[in-house]
Amino acid sequence: MPAALPRIHERTMPAIRDNIVEVRGLSKFYGGFQALKEIDLDFPEGELISLLGPSGCGKTTLLKMIAGLLEPSAGQVFVKGKAVTGPGPERAFVFQDFALMPWATVLRNVAFGLELRGTPKPERHETARRYIAEVGLAGFEERYPHELSGGMRQRVGLARALAVNADVLLMDEPFSAVDEQTRRKFQEDLLHLRRVQRKTFIFVTHSIEEAVYVSDRIVLLSRRPGRVSRIIEPDIPRDGTPDEIRRDRRYLDTVEDIWDGLKQFVD
Amino acid sequence: MMLFGYRLPMMSSLLVWCLIWEIVGRLDLMFLIPPLSSVVVAMVELIQTKQFLTATAVTLRSFVVGMVLAIVAGVALGVLMGRFRAADRLLGMWVNLFVSAPLSALVPILMILFGLGDATIVATVFLFAVWIIALDTQAGVKHISGSLVEMSRSFGASQRDVYLKILLWAALPEILAGIRLGMIRGVKGVVIGQLLVSVIGYGELFELYSRNFLMERFWALTILVFAFAILVSELVGAIEKRVEYYAGVRQ
Repeated sequence: MPAALPRIHERTMPAIRDNIVEVRGLSKFYGGFQALKEIDLDFPEGELISLLGPSGCGKTTLLKMIAGLLEPSAGQVFVKGKAVTGPGPERAFVFQDFALMPWATVLRNVAFGLELRGTPKPERHETARRYIAEVGLAGFEERYPHELSGGMRQRVGLARALAVNADVLLMDEPFSAVDEQTRRKFQEDLLHLRRVQRKTFIFVTHSIEEAVYVSDRIVLLSRRPGRVSRIIEPDIPRDGTPDEIRRDRRYLDTVEDIWDGLKQFVD
Repeated sequence: MMLFGYRLPMMSSLLVWCLIWEIVGRLDLMFLIPPLSSVVVAMVELIQTKQFLTATAVTLRSFVVGMVLAIVAGVALGVLMGRFRAADRLLGMWVNLFVSAPLSALVPILMILFGLGDATIVATVFLFAVWIIALDTQAGVKHISGSLVEMSRSFGASQRDVYLKILLWAALPEILAGIRLGMIRGVKGVVIGQLLVSVIGYGELFELYSRNFLMERFWALTILVFAFAILVSELVGAIEKRVEYYAGVRQ
């Protein structure tokens, strides 16, 4: 683990950062095909960490094993020091294809995690309304997913993950199914969310720009089998406007640097 | 529809056929076809007779009981086959066979098993309706996107939750299509069953009317049964339309 570089940060960092998620010797085989090979990773609490890599490098597989949705072939995942055996309340997942229940209203979709936990209806609806407002969908509580745009649907997915108040948010290419403008807006929202919520975000993306723009730390995965090839801590200013950041030398250099490293995997 | 520049109301083709029936009936070509008007008169008389009301009650009861059993068993069977490949391998060929098989041939065996009573009719309705419900449910459950199940699991759903809160709902459009087709088959089942047993419900009436050449009554009863079949199918169709909105969301 490389030493943390000094960063310009609005948040006060705790003196000692604990790792909320630890991945130890994780491998995954699909039949004879090895998707991931001996992954060792630490995810410090309160950070936004991206898993970046070419398609087929197993980044989603890694995320789903952290979520407890897939079983590793070897190795273990620890969340808050406890070995993962399945999904747990301290983790919440945001899906690439939103995974909303089309037969349920926005309100019920957002409250679904709490519904499964047996939270009484008035209470879970109150919580859901709060998070629906937080993701900017106030007034859409009684709508159905098919009445919403792609971007709005993913906001519902995000509100659902926030509503269960998990410590770790696992996001599987959450912005890849929305258009570019919405995507940029989402990235801003994500940065905002990270400032106001004391949560850890693990974020899968295939976009270098996106990873550099939003992450405290980027885990670069190589392909066939997926391994950790590099860990990068982008040292970019966070206090400028989005346009200033995107034109910043350090931002552009980091993007270029990662692209140089990834080129070899392009076929 | 337009005819000679005039807009025709929706049911006008039906009126044409009614008229043809009336004319053919009045020509007295065959004693089998009495004029429609006398059939209608017979229908009004018929629905007031105690005999008809008792037969209707008996028939409806067999139909409802048979359908409820068929829906419960068919949906369960379909979910099982949709979720577990072993169940599909083991049962799939039988379900596919029975969906298209002429099941009327089995009714005499049902009579031996269940006797000449309501039980046989219930069993016939069940046998006619259950397979198509199972097949459609299976198709629905198979085509659910995996991420909905994954989503529910990631939020801590139990196996029971996955079935009751996700799978059944996600497959609802196909399940309803299966139930609609099953109901049409169930109406056939109740009539064929009663005709073959021929001592209960409408079967007894049909037998009575055709044997005594009471053709007006015979046709009146036939029309009522046909109308019932159309009615239940339209009813389920209307529910299907209400859930259609989310069929479009899936691929």
